[in-house]
Amino acid sequence: MASTAPTIAADATRKGRAGFRLTLRQRRVAWAWGFLALPIVFYGWIRFYPTLNAFWLSLTDWDLLRPATFIGLANYEKLFADPTFWKIFGNTFEYLLIGMPVSLVLSFIIAYYLDRVRFLHGFIRALYFVPFLTTAAALAWVWRWFYQPVPIGVFNDILSHLGLPAQPFLRSTAQALPAITVTGIWAGLGFQIIIFMAGLRAIPSTYYEAARIDGLGEWAILRKITLPLLKPTTIFLVVFSSIGFLRIFDSVFNMTHNDPGGPLNSTKPLVLLIYQTAFSSYDMGYAAAQTVVLFIILLVISLLQLFLLRDRA
Amino acid sequence: MRIPTLLAGLAAGISLLSITAAQAVEINYWQYVYDTRVKAMDELIKNFEAANPDITVKQTTFPYDDYQTKVIAAHVAGNGPDVLQFYYGWLDKFQQGGVLQPLDPAVFPNAEIEKDFFPIVSAISRDGKYYGLPTAVRSLALFYNKKLLDEAGITEPPQTLDELVADAKKTVKTDGGGNITSEGITLDPAGQDHQWWRDVLVRQFGGVPYDDKGNVAYDDDAGLKALTWYTDLATKEKVGALGFMDEGQAAFKGGLAAFTVDGTFRLGSFKPITDFEWGVTELPANAEGVRSNFASFFANGISADVTGEKKAAAEKFLQYVTSPEAMQIWLKTVGELPARREAALTEENLADPIYAPFLKGLDYAHTSNFVDEAGQRQVAIDMVNRVVLEGQSPKDSLDEAAKQEQAILDAAKK
Repeated sequence: MASTAPTIAADATRKGRAGFRLTLRQRRVAWAWGFLALPIVFYGWIRFYPTLNAFWLSLTDWDLLRPATFIGLANYEKLFADPTFWKIFGNTFEYLLIGMPVSLVLSFIIAYYLDRVRFLHGFIRALYFVPFLTTAAALAWVWRWFYQPVPIGVFNDILSHLGLPAQPFLRSTAQALPAITVTGIWAGLGFQIIIFMAGLRAIPSTYYEAARIDGLGEWAILRKITLPLLKPTTIFLVVFSSIGFLRIFDSVFNMTHNDPGGPLNSTKPLVLLIYQTAFSSYDMGYAAAQTVVLFIILLVISLLQLFLLRDRA
Repeated sequence: MRIPTLLAGLAAGISLLSITAAQAVEINYWQYVYDTRVKAMDELIKNFEAANPDITVKQTTFPYDDYQTKVIAAHVAGNGPDVLQFYYGWLDKFQQGGVLQPLDPAVFPNAEIEKDFFPIVSAISRDGKYYGLPTAVRSLALFYNKKLLDEAGITEPPQTLDELVADAKKTVKTDGGGNITSEGITLDPAGQDHQWWRDVLVRQFGGVPYDDKGNVAYDDDAGLKALTWYTDLATKEKVGALGFMDEGQAAFKGGLAAFTVDGTFRLGSFKPITDFEWGVTELPANAEGVRSNFASFFANGISADVTGEKKAAAEKFLQYVTSPEAMQIWLKTVGELPARREAALTEENLADPIYAPFLKGLDYAHTSNFVDEAGQRQVAIDMVNRVVLEGQSPKDSLDEAAKQEQAILDAAKK
């Protein structure tokens, strides 16, 4: 390639054309960049510019209406000194730490057994997948009704029929967060089951046959063959559901609509805090600082998972 | 000679064009979506356009939750409305941010406003300038379910707080497990109860919610008594439960609450109730007979960007939507009380069993200002939740609420 470039360049000079000629390779690169330019400009303008701008905003006291003034790290100082923020920070991880493992274990168990069911297999699988197709807001309102106290709440009606004491669910600072997490788990279950089943199907059956001939039990097959070979699928789902639970918003917002994130901030995730700071209090600078913190959390977790992925390869 | 003729013709055409442009002024009107309000405004616009054929008014609406954000964002982007509806509690924000312009005293003389309107409109005046005028005002009252009262043998709705508690105890229903199945009184601080507490109960127990400088003043004995009285309804008297049927108004509408405190704006959604008869009475007095009420309103203001003939058109429109005629249409369609005394205090309205308690309430109503409506309401919600859900003492909870609300007030002053 290096030798052809001068020849063509010389050729172009011979023809006496104004300007310069490109090699095939250069032309290809130019075309590629030409096509890439549009999405790059678009992304730069729509995604990265606002992102970078958020960093700048987090150092100001912008309230949408009055011009922003630079206030240094005051927003961050205020944020880290605010016990409510730490409460919400904790909530965000609580959603992750309850939601992610439970949903993964549950969806694996269901996928593992569903894989062996032949009778009405497609129908059952569709049933599990339907919640994933439903709007999160609609799901949240249905579950909110399930959790109501007597006389309208479904769960409490069942409890009272069984003679058990009624539970406050969403009206309790201790039960509200797990109650909302259940909704999140349930909504994502169908997707995770499908992915796990695809992973299970992708494991060659010869491995199982060989193991059975060698006399391995079901438990050993699961531990030695199924789980290790499912690792890429599992890691994908861990990343996917982690980000989902860290960014939980719509189910919380809709299920606690009268007192968003309540009672007493017990269910408020970081995203909802950002939303409220920005769009009910119009404290854009402070909201930007909260966004930067969320960005850093997501970045750290993503890097950690990238590291784990590389470890696998 | 052809070219000058052409030019003359062109000039004439242009001037004709500009004349038609001057005649057809279009103004944009914004309010939030609420079926009856939109319908009433459509009717007002139709009447106004018939009387002013040179002005057209375009109504745009947004869901209530987004409304304030849309107004602010549109103002920043420079494509906001010409005339807009705003809650009186948003004025500080809108005034400081330059969203609204003060009304021209030559068109809307202060003396006339103060003479004709209910005194609560002073809540949207700053330094002697009015920033808008309301079509309607809202006040609170006690709604009661006649069927449930009859069943409990109550013939007259309660007139004092003690009677209210007694009647609520008679009407509350519980199942074997002690769960409330029908409330005596709805408890919903996120609804109107936080206003009832702040501007009514605190005053009835001998305090004031805010001092003259606008600082929190309810963190005293009166505030404590008011909070204790309110939270006792849930914890001691057990006549209502937070979150019962999700919302207080839903419980009442569903026939599962004997009493609820709500405003004029709820009349529209309670009117279709057919399962039971309901009535309205003034908010109960305290033992000494002292009554109080909370009045509020949405005002119509003119955007700061509007000038020239658009401004003249906007002023004309504002005059019409705050005229006695418009107020009657609004009352008929939306159910909110006219903001002009003369239009509100008619014999017909005062004899109306539903409007009368609200109108009486307007007489002694208070209108505390807000700097961050959602934030301040949240403080009150949390204050009640700490006592009822977490068992914190009302004293500690009140102190914490006072501190939080003062911080919001301080932040708004800077």
